[in-house]
This record gives sequence, C-alpha cells and structure tokens, in this order.
Amino acid sequence: MITLHVNGQDHAVEGDPATPLLYVLRNDLRLNGAKFGCGLGQCGACTVVVDDEPIFSCQVPISVLAGRRVTTLEGLGTEKEPGPLQKAFIAAQAAQCGYCIPGMIMRAHALLKRNATPSDDDIRRWMQPNLCRCGTHPRILDAIRTAAGRVS
Amino acid sequence: MLGGAVVVSFAMAPRAFAQGQNKAAGSTTPAAAPVGDLKAFPYLDSWLGIDATGRVTVFSGKAELGQGIMTALMQCAAEQLAVEPATITMVMASTARTVNEGYTAGSDSMNASGNAILQAAAQLRAVLVGWAAADLSTDPSRLTVADGVVTAPGGRRRSYGDLVQGRSLHMKADGAADLIPPPQYKIMGRDYPRLDIPPKLTGAPVFVQDMRPEGMVHARVVRPPNYGATLTSLDLSGVAALPGVLKVVHQGDYLAVAAEGEYQAIIAMRALQQAARWQVSKTLPDRTDIYASLKAMPATSQVIAHRGSGGTQPGSRVLQAAYRRPYVMHGAIGPSCAVALFEAGHTTVWTHSQGVYPLRAAIADMLSVPEDAVDCIQVQGSGCYGHNGADDAAADAALIAQSLPGRPVRVQWMREDEHGWEPYGSPMVAEVQASLGRDGMIDGWNYELWSMTFMTRPAKSANNLMPAWYIPARFGPPEGAEIPLPSGGGDRNAVPSYTLANEQVTYHYVKPMPLRVSALRSLGGYFNVFAIESFMDELAKAAHADPVAFRLKHLTDPRAKAVVELAAQKFGWDAAQRLPSGHGRGFAYVRYETIKAYCALAVEVSVDAATGQIRLRRAVAAVDSGNAVNPTGIKTQIQGCIVQAASWTLYESVDYSETEITSRDWSSYPILRFDAVPESVEVHVINRPASPSSAPERRAWGRRPRRSPMRWRMPQGCACATCRSRPQR
Amino acid sequence: MRRRWLAGLGIVLLVAVLAVLSFGLWARRPAIAQTAVPAPASFDHATIRQGARLVAAGYCIECHTAAGGQSYAGGYPVPTPFGTIYGSNITPDPTTGIGHWSEPAFVRAMRQGIARDGSHLYPAFPYTHFTRISNGDARAIYAYLMTLPPVRDRVPPPQLPFPLNVRPVMAGWNLLFFHEGRFKPKPDRSAQWNRGAYLAGGLGHCAACHSPRNIFGAENRREAYDGGQSEGWSAPALGRHSPAPLPWTKDELATYLSNGFVPTHGLAMGPMAGVTRQLAKLPPADVRAIATFVASLAPAPSADAAVAAAAAARAAYHVTTATAVAGRGPAKTGAAIFAGACASCHFEGGDQPFYRPVRLGLSSVVNEPDARDFVHIVMAGIQPPSGAAGRWMPPFGVALTDRQITLLAQYVRSHFSGKPGWTGIARAVSDARKEPGS
Repeated sequence: MITLHVNGQDHAVEGDPATPLLYVLRNDLRLNGAKFGCGLGQCGACTVVVDDEPIFSCQVPISVLAGRRVTTLEGLGTEKEPGPLQKAFIAAQAAQCGYCIPGMIMRAHALLKRNATPSDDDIRRWMQPNLCRCGTHPRILDAIRTAAGRVS
Repeated sequence: MLGGAVVVSFAMAPRAFAQGQNKAAGSTTPAAAPVGDLKAFPYLDSWLGIDATGRVTVFSGKAELGQGIMTALMQCAAEQLAVEPATITMVMASTARTVNEGYTAGSDSMNASGNAILQAAAQLRAVLVGWAAADLSTDPSRLTVADGVVTAPGGRRRSYGDLVQGRSLHMKADGAADLIPPPQYKIMGRDYPRLDIPPKLTGAPVFVQDMRPEGMVHARVVRPPNYGATLTSLDLSGVAALPGVLKVVHQGDYLAVAAEGEYQAIIAMRALQQAARWQVSKTLPDRTDIYASLKAMPATSQVIAHRGSGGTQPGSRVLQAAYRRPYVMHGAIGPSCAVALFEAGHTTVWTHSQGVYPLRAAIADMLSVPEDAVDCIQVQGSGCYGHNGADDAAADAALIAQSLPGRPVRVQWMREDEHGWEPYGSPMVAEVQASLGRDGMIDGWNYELWSMTFMTRPAKSANNLMPAWYIPARFGPPEGAEIPLPSGGGDRNAVPSYTLANEQVTYHYVKPMPLRVSALRSLGGYFNVFAIESFMDELAKAAHADPVAFRLKHLTDPRAKAVVELAAQKFGWDAAQRLPSGHGRGFAYVRYETIKAYCALAVEVSVDAATGQIRLRRAVAAVDSGNAVNPTGIKTQIQGCIVQAASWTLYESVDYSETEITSRDWSSYPILRFDAVPESVEVHVINRPASPSSAPERRAWGRRPRRSPMRWRMPQGCACATCRSRPQR
Repeated sequence: MRRRWLAGLGIVLLVAVLAVLSFGLWARRPAIAQTAVPAPASFDHATIRQGARLVAAGYCIECHTAAGGQSYAGGYPVPTPFGTIYGSNITPDPTTGIGHWSEPAFVRAMRQGIARDGSHLYPAFPYTHFTRISNGDARAIYAYLMTLPPVRDRVPPPQLPFPLNVRPVMAGWNLLFFHEGRFKPKPDRSAQWNRGAYLAGGLGHCAACHSPRNIFGAENRREAYDGGQSEGWSAPALGRHSPAPLPWTKDELATYLSNGFVPTHGLAMGPMAGVTRQLAKLPPADVRAIATFVASLAPAPSADAAVAAAAAARAAYHVTTATAVAGRGPAKTGAAIFAGACASCHFEGGDQPFYRPVRLGLSSVVNEPDARDFVHIVMAGIQPPSGAAGRWMPPFGVALTDRQITLLAQYVRSHFSGKPGWTGIARAVSDARKEPGS
C-alpha cells in the first residue's frame, strides 16, 4: 500500500506499485483532469504537478511518489470557483476540443510558480512538451500571459 | 501551403436567414416550408422540450466536437425562444434521444441543425404566445415575450412552464414562423462563451474517456501487425492468469482483453501481444514511390469543370507545376475510446463518433442484430477532425461487451493503435498548367488531380468498421464513396475560386486504398487550395504582378474581393516592401466548397537557408461566413485551422514500410509544437447578418515548395541565392 | 569533473608556464586586411556544394548555432573545463560575422587558429584538427559560408578566468600542443581508409571528444580515441577500450554515423546526436570511409566472442523485461521504477515492437565504465529537434528523486549489463542536477 498526497489529501492506494500515477488518479481517485494521451511522455495530456514540478503522470509509477505532493487540475479550482489560470483559460476561450488543456494548465501552473513574469520565449520553451492538435496554441499563450498578469 | 481544415461554422443558412430578412424588411411573403433538417424531422418536440419549471431542452442530432456547435445551437434556441441561456439543456447526437442528422461533418451543422432549431424555436415561441393569449384572453399581438415569460399589457403573465402544462409540443413545423431578425439579436451574433469550456477546464467528466459507470471494466485490443496479417498461433495460458484479467476475447483474428483495472488491462495487452504470432505479408506500397504509384493505380477520370475552350491557350505563355502531399493523419491527442454495455439483448455504446445513426446501423450489422437492439450515444472525445478511430473503438467496445454481459466495457486505444489504425487523409497529386495572356491575365487553366476517396465512414454495413474485418464474419473490404460537388471529396475546391475564361479540371478518382483512408478535415480542400494558391503565386511572379493584385484581377465577386482586401490591409501587405533576408510572404484566397465561406490569408514566413527549416511567423486571415452566430467561435476555428494546416504542411507525413505503418507515436509522426507557433494569428470576421452563406474553412499560402511536408531543400546542398530561388520538386 | 580539472596543477602553474612562453615571441600574428564582402555569384556552384558537404563533415553548425538561433550565427555555449566559450558568428555579416574575412584569412584560421585580426582563437575551435584539411577543401568551406545569408548577431565574449582570457596565452599553448600540418595519406592503407582518416582526423575532429585530455585541455595523443568527454557527456572509447558489448562492424558504424541509431549499439545522444544529423548529409561513400577508419581502431573481434556477447545481452533483456512488465518487482526498488517508468517502451511485445527501443543489454550507455551518460539520459530524456522525427524518451529528472535515479541505475546496470556495478552514481546525479537546464 502506498500513501499518495493529492491536492492536500492523503489517499491510501492498493495495487501494483509500478502502476503509473495517471491510472490511479483517474480510476481510483476519480480525478478526470489528467488525460491519457500517449502513455509515452510525448504529449503532456497527463501532466500533473509533483512538488511544484510538472511531470508526465503516465510515466511515473506511484512507488516513487510516497511523501511527495501531487497537484492535479482539480486542485486548482472548481467549475464554480475556478483558479486564476483556469479563469484566464476560460476568459481567453482557450480550448477547442479541450482534451489537452488540463495538461496545459498544469504545466503553466508550474511555470508561474517558479516565474511569475515569464517572457513569451519562456512560456513557449516551457510549454514545448505539451501537444495541442486543434491549433489552440495562440489562445493558450494568451491565457498564460493573462494569468501572469500581463496584458495579452 | 497552409492548409486546411474542417470547421463547423456558425453561419446561418440562406433560406432561414433570407426569411428573417424578408420579415425584417417588411416582406409579406414568408418562406412556407421547413428548412434544414426540420424538413426530414418536422415535429417540434423532436427538437425542443419545455418542462413544468420552464427549463428548455434542445435536441440536436449533431455532435459537439470541440467546434462549439453546442453553444451556437443554444444561442439560436435561446434567441428565438426568448429564454435565458442558463435555462437551456443541450442534448446532442444520440440514437436514443435525438433525430438522425447523419454525420457531423462538412461544416454543415448550422445549415442542417441550426436552421431547424432556429425555425422550430421561432415557431414554438409563436405557439407559446398563442397559448398565453388564450389563457389570458387577449390578442397575441398585444403580448411581449422575455426570459421565458409571456406578458400582457397590465402585467398579467404566463411562464413557459405554466403554458406547457397539459399541452403537447408534438406538432408539425410549418416553416412560417417569424424569426427574430438580426437587428434585434441579444444572444446570437455575440461572443457567447462556450458552454463546454468551464467543465472541461475544471475536471468534470465531460469526455467519453472520463466515463466510469458502476461495474465498468477496462479493455484493450491487440491488433495485427498490419492490415492483412493473420493469426497463426496464440498461447493464452500466461495472459489469463495475470492479475485482474476477466476475459480474453479471441474471435478469428480479433484479439482483446478485459481486466478489472486499467493498468492490469495494459499489462495483459502487452502479454497478449507477446503470446500472439502472426503471418505478415508485404502488403503496403513502396514508400519511396508514393506519387508515381498513386497515378498508376486504377482510377475513374472525370472532367469536373470545363469553361470556354478549356486548358491553356495557344500563343500564350504556359507555366506548369506539380504538387504533392503524402498520407496525413488526424492525430487526435486523446486516442479513441468507447464504452459499451450489453444487457438483456440490447447493446448501448457511448461513443465520440461523428454519426451515431450510421454507426448504429453498422454495429448492428457487425453483431447481426436488428438496429433497434443497438443504441449509440455521443459523448465528447478528443478533437477528431474527421473520420478517425472513434467508430472503430465503438465497434471494439460493442464486440467485447458481448462477452461480458451486464458490465460496461471501456475500450481505450493506445497511442500506437490510433496512429497505426486510423484512416488517413489520402495522398494527392495535382498537375497544373496555365497560360498567361499578354494582358497578364490567366487565359487558360488545366488542372489534373489524383486522389483516393475521402469517405469510408461506416454506414449501413459493417464493412467500414475496422474491427469487423477480423472477426469470423470477415466484413470488408472497406468501401469508399465519392461526395458530389460542390461539396466534393478529393475534388473539393479543385475548381479554382477565380473567374477564369478558359479552364478544365479533371479528377482522377483512385479506387484502391492500400492504406486505410477517409475523411480528414476539409477533405481535398486543403491540398487543392495548396496547389492552386501556390501556382497562383508562381503565375503572379511570372506576370511580374503583386500576388494580391493578381488575385483581385481574377475575382469578380465583391465578397471575395472584400476578404482579399481586408486580409491584405490588416497584414500590411505592401507590394513594394522588401522583406529581410530569409523572410517571405504568401497570400491565398478560397471560397470553401465554392459556395460557402470566403477566406483570405496572408502569411509571413522565414526560412533558415542552411537547414531549410521553414517557420510561420505570422498569419492574418479574413473570413466572411455570412451571418456569424458566434464570432469568437469562428475566430477560434480559423485560428486552429491555420495552426493545424501549418503543422500538416511543414511536418507531417505517415511513414510505413512494406509490412507495417511505422508512424506509431508522436516521435515517428511529429506535429507542430509551441516553438513553431506563429507570433500572431489574427482572424478578422466580416459579419454579414443580412447575407446568406455558411461555413468557414481553410486557406493556403503559396511559395515555391511544391510538396508537403515542406522543407526548403537546397538543391544538392547549395545555399547560393540562385539555387535558393529555384522552384522545388 | 570541472573541479578535478581545476585542481591538479592549477591555474598558477598554467600562468607560469604559458605566460613565459607566450609573451614576446608568438603573442600576436599580423592582421590580414579586411576585404569587401564577396558577392555570392563570385563562387561557383560546384565549390559551394562541396563546401556544404564539408561543413556537414565538420558539423560546424552544431557549435556555431545557438539554440533557437539562426544557423551559423554563433552563440552556442561550449562548456570547457576552463569556462564557457561561445561559437562565433560565421555568416558573412560584415560587423558581427566573417564578411570582411578574405579567403587567406579564413584558411589561416582553419589551419593555425588565428583570427583575421591576428588574435588567437581558443582550441575549442578545433583548428588542431582542421589544420590537416586540403587547400581546396578550405576554400570550398569558405565559399559555402560566404554565400550564406548574413546574420547580424553579436556573440558573447568567452567566459574564462585570468589568464586564459588573455588570448596571447594561446601562443604558448600552441607551441606546446599544436602541430600544424596537412594530412599525409598512409600508402599501405586503402584509399577508402585514407579518405576516412582524412575526414575523421581533420574536419570530423572525432578525437577532440573521443580522446582523453591533459590538464591543459590538450588531447593526449598517445591515448587517441581511448575515450574522452564532451559537454558533460562521456565520449566512449572508439578502439580497443570500446564499452560496446558487441564489437562494432564497419556496416554498423556507417549506419550509426548517418542514422544516429543502430539497434545493436544504441542511439547517438548528447553532442553526438547533432554530429550524426550532420553526417547524414554526407555522400554515403564518405560515411563508409569514416566507418572504415573508425573500425580499424579496434582489433578484429573473434566471431565466437561476438556471438556469445550477443546471446548474453539478449537473454538478460528478455528475462528482466518479462518480470518488470508483469509488475512483480518489489516496491520502492529499481525494478518497480523500471516497470512503471521504463517498461512501457523498453519491452518487446511479440511481433510488435512498435517503438523498437534500444536493447538495454547492448546499449553502450548501459555498458560504459561510468553512469554519467545513463544519468543524463534518464534525467533529460531524448528528444529529436522540434518537428523532426526521431527517437524519443521523456525526461525523468523531475519525476524521480536523486535516490530513485540511483536505484534505477543500479537496477539497469545489474540486470542489463554483464559489467561490474557502477560506482559514483549518486555523484553523477548531483553533478547533473547542477548543470544548467536540469
């Protein structure tokens, strides 16, 4: 049994310690934010934040996460009270199909934690691991700029 | 170059709109027939419901695919019914609840469903007002309607909830209702925020991937190494003993495994892959010879446009070029997924299919059951951009569920399944010659096009459901269909959007499908515009003309000219301006499907002369899709189209060997990432509330490279200025 | 590594020896007069094309292009044990590039490490190897570079401690360690071998990374190709000391050099990834020539040894991946980390090895004497250039703690390699953490 600390709460998780975090978040903890995209660490749809750093949850076994803080999309806000980044994404209408966006928000969340005023280049470089197929990138960049308190 | 994409737009259809117009203009001759899909499904309660609390339910047979159609339809209903958007519940594409509106494709949803809902809502408002008049014993003309409440002079009122008590909405549409005219719009024509975005951004279970019904099991499919491989041996002993495994499905060459846990299912799938041995034959065509082989395959040839004397003119200066594009994939970020439940002889499938009714028929055929033994309910998936693995995943779920009665089965394709098994966009070749007269005008145009089908969606039979090819009933081979012009399949937009005195367009419809192909965003539109607009730039150069001025000279439609001029103006197009070394600009214009939205695009690109890497720096588009129900929705769509088309054009090509598809993930099929996103992508919408029209689209940018994925290939590595300016093959 | 370099005899000795030798005698060379930027049309196509192939053979673009910058405009930081030196702008921009360099000035720089203005270049620019190239090749490279689009981009000055920041000091270095001279073919070797030796030893400057260096940063010629380092990565020994479990064949080398990957050894990573991307542009005959030369550095293996090594490597691979994939490894050990983080790709699935990962048992990285490269790869992953297809591995430096990476390294080494366990893994991890970008 492994204890995961997710969005401020402890969860005792049974099962194979090799299980990637993604499946535990989605199926055991019923958190939908992190999505399965590739299972290969290539697209970022599964991005969550561990100890302030973005990780691919599809590739990280729960065995390595004991004692570490996991933050998922659900930890940033709710539909009624969205967090600042979620608000900025909604305001920018930064979603088409929306499947990649939770991962985008989580990666951006980690960026703003370490750098509250990133440059455009900083944002692009940082977001590089995450893929969007709908071509929403310009709006995603807008939303992150807005959340960083800059005029878009 | 930049190319294309689907797009469902929010423009209204000609007739409904024209009717509103007439009314607004005081016309006394209302159109008297239902429009859109209201023609086929004329009962109001097929589209709209109101409960005793006044909550409105809108039923549309179209699917929300991330294009924002649900919000646009809601805006139509709210406007015409005069209710608050918040009181509306949208029910989309479900064989159990909505009418059969076919596929959600071809940028046709506002025409088909939007018009139906618009008119049904307008009629229902009139009906409600009539009931209120009866209840309040007054004349309908004295009543006003707002926020779902009908009010008489003096303040007496009836809410919609009150009015529907004991009354039936099951009445026929007559097509005669007055639409709220554009000048009075409160909700339509506004940037209403998309309904589906907040839940998607806060982790609500919006996607089919997020479904988790009680008792659900997780399934994975083990596909053959290639289309034609057959199973030669299988040792199931190890797999069945793995933790959590509930069922191994082995029917003919079809293999799948279901387990209690998702990771357990994945482990079991990997073990099952190891346990299976396949006979693999070399069935794929030579990758190095893709275009020659395309032209050599059996095809039916048809002249699809002929004007004047056709072709190039004797005595004029003739230019020619050939353009190509390889197989391109949809590449959804979330691999296809479906949930199915088989219970008491009935199969229910939750799917992100674009066509729940055709899918139901195909699944029923696959299972050899009557159609009413199957229901397909659309739940959103990751963006699909056409016919991807959605329907096949639904078939997988339906098949596997038959072996696990009473338990919902969730099938999630792995990344390698999606990349390797989705139907791709066909490879295409265009050979074009044009002649330039002394006046610098194109006086002859001859365009020949080779393409496979863009239509192998499942319909009546299971032949187009990939999983059905491998079960003992052996459905298939897949059947391709052509889509008639003006919409067109491979030949969509093969007829230039310009006014040319003499032109001939020949479409060679290639029958074989050595790799699976089907509908991909804008079908042939992307490539044809790429070819035509690239060639227009080459012609402009040959004519020593500015590309924008050259296009304008060949356009007569004022709406066409308006988008071209607006894009050029907003871009800051200056024929005399010299760009920095390594920078270039391009322009393109198209009218989608030759009858729908107008779009013009100007782009600036840069090329690294040493590496040939091309980068899109900025793009400015102008779009006229008629009456814009939700301008931001259109902008988002066009912006997305430009970025996706840049990715297709600069990077994408499905790779394969003689025996297998080798583009199996994002490393073997790279797409655009953030570093290549243009610095700006501007979209300017010309809203014409009074103009008929429809959807938006794609655009193209033309420059010398004549094939995608595009790279500035130095002729034999030479970076000198002369070599750099030569057209590429 | 840096600390070791800076220790030893130390800067003081360096100052003493070099200063005495330098000043006065060789400190400065004459400048060569500026010329007008030559017109691209003044070079013929054949020469430019030849130059394009040669700059690929020297993979000049790798050190002369900053990340995300324009090609050949310089600015790439080359970390050396002494400090950071930035690749210069070698586009024909007159103010920030080499636009005013005449051909003789360019050839002198290639041959002697002297800039047009007479100042000394640092040997991070491998004139120590380029000195061997022929006149015709030097001219062709000049032609190619001078026809590039000029890019105005000033490169930061080198960040070196005193006295190394005094360029004339390099005159002393050259006296001690630089041997000017053209390539001399060996008549007892084949033309192909000699072509390979010319390319590998000249423009290719393979030995610059694949040889150990002394405390002055000069290659140890007696141990040429016995393994060195580059930008924090190991550059494995190419000859008799090669860590590869299977001896390299000429064919495998040719494939590796132009594809960046060969299933029997692995993937080109770190600085070598860029090298192979450039070598891919060479005519196949040149790549084969280099392969012929490199293969000749090692004694021919016995056939039996090769077969035995292969069998051992494969057996280890199958057993452990089957275990790992079934998820039976005990918690919190390297096996469990491997199963959850690595096995989704590093496992063979019957007839469908879609991702065709490197066979870890055969990987040179897993069989190298130290864990440095393994640690780098686990932490940073592997990504092809944006938009290009290529092998991929996600980074795990953030997901895994130092301790977890150490456990994983121990597990992989013990299960996939027949060689003794690594020592100093934890140190390699903490060193890698300190590198920029980690």
